[in-house]
Amino acid sequence: MAAVRVEAVLAAAEEQEAEKRRSITVEKELELEYDLGNLLAVDRNPPPAAALRGAGPRREALLQALARDNTQLLMSRLWELPAERAGGAGGPLVAQLPEPTFRLPREKPPPKPRPPTRWEQFARLKGIRRKKKTSLVWDEQAKEWRRRWGYRRAGGDPSRAWLAEVPAGADPEEDQFARLRREKRERVARNELNRLRNLARAHRAGSAVPAAPLHPTGHQDRDELRRVARVARVSTASLGRFQPRLPKESAEPPSRSGGKKRRFEPLLGNLAAERSRQLELLRDMGSKKPVLDITRAVNKQLRQEEAEAAAANKGKKQSKRGKRGRRQQRPGRSGKKNGTRRQPQQQKPAGGGIGGR
Amino acid sequence: MRPLTEAETRVVFEKLGKYIGENIQLLVDRPDGTYCFRLHRDRVYYLSEKLLKLAASVPRDSLVAPGTCFGKFTKSQKFRLSVTALDFLAPYAKYKVWVKPGSEQSFLYGNHVLKSGLGRITENTAQYQGVVVYSMADVPLGFGVAAKSTQECRKVDPLAIVVFHQADVGEYVRNEDTLT
Repeated sequence: MAAVRVEAVLAAAEEQEAEKRRSITVEKELELEYDLGNLLAVDRNPPPAAALRGAGPRREALLQALARDNTQLLMSRLWELPAERAGGAGGPLVAQLPEPTFRLPREKPPPKPRPPTRWEQFARLKGIRRKKKTSLVWDEQAKEWRRRWGYRRAGGDPSRAWLAEVPAGADPEEDQFARLRREKRERVARNELNRLRNLARAHRAGSAVPAAPLHPTGHQDRDELRRVARVARVSTASLGRFQPRLPKESAEPPSRSGGKKRRFEPLLGNLAAERSRQLELLRDMGSKKPVLDITRAVNKQLRQEEAEAAAANKGKKQSKRGKRGRRQQRPGRSGKKNGTRRQPQQQKPAGGGIGGR
Repeated sequence: MRPLTEAETRVVFEKLGKYIGENIQLLVDRPDGTYCFRLHRDRVYYLSEKLLKLAASVPRDSLVAPGTCFGKFTKSQKFRLSVTALDFLAPYAKYKVWVKPGSEQSFLYGNHVLKSGLGRITENTAQYQGVVVYSMADVPLGFGVAAKSTQECRKVDPLAIVVFHQADVGEYVRNEDTLT
């Protein structure tokens, strides 16, 4: 009895092993549809009837077999993709997925449009539409086209207006300039208040606050992209401290105050550290300096030519001058003759004509 | 007053290096005390640690000049070396130019050095190299930029400029008001 039981156990174990080591080829009537970008495989084959109705272990087993087969097919497709080893020779094998074709539905509901502001409501009610205004206005005094507002606007600089007429019904003792300034301040404050109120209303209504998208859209300008890049750099677990720099990014870490305040080293900080930093800077600067090959080459060439010319002269004029003459002739600052002859060869590649001539 | 940022230090060292080459480390790392560079109102000053501690207690508006002024940063952040740095450049200068007694005065008035006034020049001076100008008695007069390399100096005619004037000790008298 015990022997039979052992045999049965062994047979069961062997069957399990065989199941595990099933073949990797799977037969299907209809080919599956693959979207490898989403790691998706869609099986349109009708499942076996027993898998559809009823519950029970048989159904479970059939469904599991179906899942296993389809997964196997998907995996074999994934293994066919071009792959490379990430991070050098010992790193993991990474497959390059193609672009996803299946459009996944939205995860979150679409954003609600922001509610209209008070002015927008009023304008819609009254039927007021935006009048397109030209950006330049003809300034009669300056006799040229000037901006409507801003730097050098038409109508002169309001801060340098030296005349402020007292209006008809106003108090003659009142300071008109002060009144204008006060009214401008009040206008600015009122506008700001309304803007903030509109923003609060929009936020309360739960609409999406129009923020700049964080992915590149192709319609962003340089400053926006720089801001987005900074946000992306800082969105790591260590807040961007160990992110490698892009080739043209500045080496200084972004300031906490958003670039408003410059921070310097303390005046009497660690002087020894400052000294060592400067010495290292000097070492870096010294190592990168290339030897001035150009000037050396030019000077060498000139010396060579001088020597050749001297040799040629010696050959031509049989030197009756003797030793004394040659010694007198040696100190090289010879006169115009040599200078003018050498002139075209003296031109340095970068030189230019600074010294005149 | 504040220490120089790394970019500013680099600019200053590059300028100094044109005159004294790698001897800058003798200025930075001195055996007889800790000396440092500080920036006060766009001017770079070289001062000892002791003086720095004293100057730190002076209010900014009342402080005229802590230490020796090496030069100033212009509005576009370029560094201009001034004559007050001569005492520190002269002993470490790599390329020197000696001026004949006759044209010393001309140089001290702010003119360039002509070939006729050139006494000696260090061998292997490249063109546009920073040089320190001395009189024949080895008294430093100022500094400048070599307009011609040593080889070219030999061949050029007597009225050609060989050293462009940058700063001279005559400025102590001429620009008394603006020097610090």
